[in-house]
Amino acid sequence: MIQFQDLHKSFGAKPVLAGFTLTVPDQETVVIIGYSGTGKSVALKHVVGLLQPDAGDVIVDGRAVSTLEREALMALRRDIGFVFQFAALFDSLTVFDNVALGLRRRDLSDDDIAERVREALAVVDLTGAEDKYPAELSGGMRKRVGIARAIALRPRYLLYDEPTTGLDPVTSAVIDQLMVRTREHLGVTGIVVTHDMRSAYTVGDRIAMLYEGKVRQVGTVAQIQQTEDPVVRQFIEGRPA
Amino acid sequence: MIERLGRRTVDAIKAVGRFGHFMGDLARAVPDVDVWGRLTLVQLRRVGVDSLPVALFIAAFTGVVLALQASYTFRNTVPLYFVGTLVGKTMMLELGPVLAGLALAGRVGASMAAELGTMKVTEQVDALETLAYDPQSFLVIPRVLAGTTMFPIIVALAIVTGIITGWIASLALLDLTTPEFIKGLKLFYRFKDTWFGLFKSATFGFTITLVGCIVGLGTRGGAEGVGLSTTRAVVYSAVLLLVLDAFWALVLLR
Repeated sequence: MIQFQDLHKSFGAKPVLAGFTLTVPDQETVVIIGYSGTGKSVALKHVVGLLQPDAGDVIVDGRAVSTLEREALMALRRDIGFVFQFAALFDSLTVFDNVALGLRRRDLSDDDIAERVREALAVVDLTGAEDKYPAELSGGMRKRVGIARAIALRPRYLLYDEPTTGLDPVTSAVIDQLMVRTREHLGVTGIVVTHDMRSAYTVGDRIAMLYEGKVRQVGTVAQIQQTEDPVVRQFIEGRPA
Repeated sequence: MIERLGRRTVDAIKAVGRFGHFMGDLARAVPDVDVWGRLTLVQLRRVGVDSLPVALFIAAFTGVVLALQASYTFRNTVPLYFVGTLVGKTMMLELGPVLAGLALAGRVGASMAAELGTMKVTEQVDALETLAYDPQSFLVIPRVLAGTTMFPIIVALAIVTGIITGWIASLALLDLTTPEFIKGLKLFYRFKDTWFGLFKSATFGFTITLVGCIVGLGTRGGAEGVGLSTTRAVVYSAVLLLVLDAFWALVLLR
């Protein structure tokens, strides 16, 4: 279980998170929606200790992330797969090596690593792309390699940062299906940060809207679709102010 | 005015704090040999082989110019075999390490700052951390180790190249024979001339690569930030290299 507990984070004088509180139970996928620049990705990065909170904390399986020592943080990160907004693939490595990189930090033989890489690439329909470099891939393929890199680790938690941003609607739908399939395949707990409402409705068990540094509303897909909160309503309908 | 001064002082203190924090992280990553050991070999090749042509090119022309300038200065006043002395001493003690160092600050330091800066702004550094790698052991230690190891080797080859081209220029363009040039070369030679230049080069290599890594990993923003970091890395490295040069002369040559 992941719990955001009264998380506060500012950059300079600008507060981004101001008491963000949210619980993500095991085996559930929670989608965090909100306007650009409202701190969705910032919240996500606190889960893996990439950012330190000003106050509050993220609790993962009872462990307060900001208080973990280096080794404990590394151990925690081995349980979490992170899919970055623009995939964050390593340009100098092939697709195979990109997916294998995290596996090399575990006690696995070369054969086991190769098997896990092939398996992960098959899940994202990229069998045969092992020897390509990121520069040779389309945006959608890069995102799928990013997902393969995360699922190859067989994590307990999967965090997606804007997985469909910048993709055409068909490729976005493919990524959505992939996220659903991954959850079914691995039974992982997920957090998806997005402002793509179609994607949110497809992959989320619950949806939370982040607004002015806090959760404005959290509920099931149906509850969010029927909300009467004017801010949430405006956002999900994509109406200008 | 006072506000600006105060802000600059605070910025300077913060920069010192960040540097201390960075060095602490670097020290903590040293035991992670499994990661940096393998990657250091790659960096040794990149820093060494890729930097050699520019260092040798500069040294070759420096040797020729030194021989010609020495002959111009000494003519009719000092025996011409002193050309060998000047070429040898200057290449070993100063121009070999410093010119190669400055060239490599541009070549190696800038390339490291640009590469790590791009990795930083495209979240590749964050990705490394989420894959349970320490960026210090994956990115910094291999580069700093490669710079510290390879710079003396590159400078040694540059010194040899400069002396050879100085000798060839002396034979071809001046009225000097090989025995005379070698006589001059040996005249005031001390073993310290060799190790001083090479030791200095190792500290230059350490500094240039460390600055490239620190500046690169501190990059913010997008392409503009990477450009800024690249320029900063070259400027900081060049300034620090000249300060170090004076420092070692003061400490070791007095």
